[in-house]
Amino acid sequence: MLARTAANLYWMARYLERADYTARLLQGAMHLSAVRASGDREREWQAALLASGHPPVAGDSARIVHHLAFAAENPSSILSCLAVARRNARAVRTALTVDMWDAVNGTWLELRGFDPARMDEDALTAFLDWVKARTGLFHGVYASTLLRTDGFRFTRLGQFLERADNSARLLAARLAPALQAAAEPTLDDPDALAVLRVVGARRAYRVFYKGKVTPRAVAELLALRPEFPRSLLYCFEQITQQLGQIAMQDPPRSAECKRLAQQMDAQLRFGQIDDLIGADPAARLGELIQRIDRIGGHLARGYCF
Amino acid sequence: MRRKALTAGARAGQAGWVRVGTGDGEMSAAVFDEMGPAGQTRAPYALVEAWLKALPAEQVALKRREAEAWFRRIGITFAVYSEGGDPERLIPFDLIPRVLAQAEWQRLQRGLEQRVRALNAFIYDVYHEREILRAGRVPEALILGNPQYRPEMAGFDPPRRVYTHIAGIDLVRTGPDQYYVLEDNCRTPSGVSYMLENREVMLRLFPELFRHAAVAPVAHYPDELLETLRSVAPVHCRGEPTVVLLSPGIHNSAYYEHAFLADEMGIELVEGADLVVQDDVCYMRTTAGLARVDVIYRRIDDDYLDPLAFREDSLLGVPGLYFAYRAGNVNLCNAIGAGIADDKAVYIHLPEMVRFYLGEEPLLANVPTHDCRKPEELAYVLEHLDELVVKAVHGSGGYGMLVGPHASAAQLSEFRSLLRARPQDYIAQPTLALSTVPTFVEQGIAPRHVDLRPFVLMGDRVRIVPGGLTRVALREGSLVVNSSQGGGTKDTWVLQSDPEEPR
Repeated sequence: MLARTAANLYWMARYLERADYTARLLQGAMHLSAVRASGDREREWQAALLASGHPPVAGDSARIVHHLAFAAENPSSILSCLAVARRNARAVRTALTVDMWDAVNGTWLELRGFDPARMDEDALTAFLDWVKARTGLFHGVYASTLLRTDGFRFTRLGQFLERADNSARLLAARLAPALQAAAEPTLDDPDALAVLRVVGARRAYRVFYKGKVTPRAVAELLALRPEFPRSLLYCFEQITQQLGQIAMQDPPRSAECKRLAQQMDAQLRFGQIDDLIGADPAARLGELIQRIDRIGGHLARGYCF
Repeated sequence: MRRKALTAGARAGQAGWVRVGTGDGEMSAAVFDEMGPAGQTRAPYALVEAWLKALPAEQVALKRREAEAWFRRIGITFAVYSEGGDPERLIPFDLIPRVLAQAEWQRLQRGLEQRVRALNAFIYDVYHEREILRAGRVPEALILGNPQYRPEMAGFDPPRRVYTHIAGIDLVRTGPDQYYVLEDNCRTPSGVSYMLENREVMLRLFPELFRHAAVAPVAHYPDELLETLRSVAPVHCRGEPTVVLLSPGIHNSAYYEHAFLADEMGIELVEGADLVVQDDVCYMRTTAGLARVDVIYRRIDDDYLDPLAFREDSLLGVPGLYFAYRAGNVNLCNAIGAGIADDKAVYIHLPEMVRFYLGEEPLLANVPTHDCRKPEELAYVLEHLDELVVKAVHGSGGYGMLVGPHASAAQLSEFRSLLRARPQDYIAQPTLALSTVPTFVEQGIAPRHVDLRPFVLMGDRVRIVPGGLTRVALREGSLVVNSSQGGGTKDTWVLQSDPEEPR
């Protein structure tokens, strides 16, 4: 398939996944800042910012919400993500199914109905729910309508590389300090709870772990649990599977991308959480984010993006 | 059948849409309405009339909204240059079809084929022996000094000697048997997606209407186009030719059409950066490496095709493409330099070309046109400016045009000085009483002026899908149908068999 088409599909899926993740981060921050002591409230918003991979933004929660949700000058705000996803979709109309186009274009059309200037708490909640519903619609529609050819594989790659990146960032931003503190907590760890809330995994956690919510167990869920669809392992299973199926006339060109992805997959598949986070979780998780980023770079080079 | 004036405020559930007003005041007597005056409906429109009579008033508003929602959903939008507002506007669609009888179409079809054959022969001649110039039938200066003349093409034979693989011929009608060609579009004519989508939406909204009417289908146009493109693959091409559609990209006003046609033909939609030329062979960049391209249906103007050969600041083109073309390794449709036939001063000589190359009498007439480069004609034009339509010879899309009877004193005096300064850049034509077709307007149904752009394909043979794009001037009395100037579109029907004409 045309390399640009592959790139457009890949970025469309990445940006929609990012919009979904940012909506989840904001919802998490909204909830947690409401239940925290007043002094800790701002901390939740800054943590959301950090977990989204943004540099710190000076100002109160309203500023941060605007920056993450609506700022046109922020290329990763929800609004920018939806616009870029739609632009990518428009450039590859011929590679999308009608239902996929409807999902992306319809989202973009409905987006005009939200007024960023009038975002009280209720309106923001409604907006974030809508974003999650629309990205969910897109994921369902492409899974059920798109032919299993290379177009599907590049869409999948975009979605799961972005998801892996998001899960790694969430771990690094919220759990690195808590993972460092070795003491067994007496209560549910607040940062671990915050992570579960963002990825919507309270119940999933209970399925696999009993007792208190600990940073180590949450890190394991998010990194190594093959059953959990946001875990790094799950993402890399998808990534290596799709990479293996893409048609190739010149295998050496994509070899480095495949090697790095397989290496990561093997490490997640056979590693244990203590191996993964080591003695310095912040450094190790930071390294992980860089490796995911490098795989993205090699993917683009390997397939002529 | 009687038609009383009935308006959009008709009681709910009451059937019977009837036309109001004529729209043209005292002009109406001279204007040919294709449906015919009240009580004397022309035979091809009998079915449309019966349908309108039975169509409940509240249905119309509903169906119009459905049509608009459909067009917006599929994203068939049109960007209007140099204007603010919504950059993705819809072209208004009118629900009432424009109908041509099979006999009427047959005549048009023969005329169109003849015209496009003459155009191709002319372009070939201009880039080879220039016999028509040497015979003095077309002035040499008009061709060799024309910005659309491409000296690079001299002596080059494109596959099958075809230049205008896709031509859009704009026709107007002034009476039951009077058709005129308004202009020929031999560069990159657009609008065919509207022909197809207008039919699609009508079939969706009024399926029962098509059960009664035997309307010739148009949906096979993309197949015919692909056949045409494949038939002009370079002679060296081995196996199945790879055809692509080259688009300037999503910011182009006709991007929807490019994506639509590529999709319908099942070919890749590429942009300049997707193509690369190595050793005079053109390839596209795919995820699996480079893949050879044989035929390019290009929707980019000559100037922007290749920064090495033409405008070097072009970011839309493909460096080296012209040389791959000249080497016979890839074909471009339409050919480089075909635009010479679009010039409105060249147009004047079209009937002469038909006689010169084909030895036939033209079946389709030109609008009588004043060539302002001739002093006596210029004098006449300046004297009768308020009756004439003046057009820039190199312009298109209704830009840079004066409609005398509708122009203000200031516009008239502006064009008077333009004409005196550069008469060779203008032609003038009488204001034709363009035919009208009933159209939904605020107050009900009223006649509005229309034109017709059929699309003629030329490859191994000439192929014409029965129909075309009907554009309608929605403003009362307006003669300008261009979508950039507030025009709308209609579905165009060619009946498969004709009902008996009374009398």
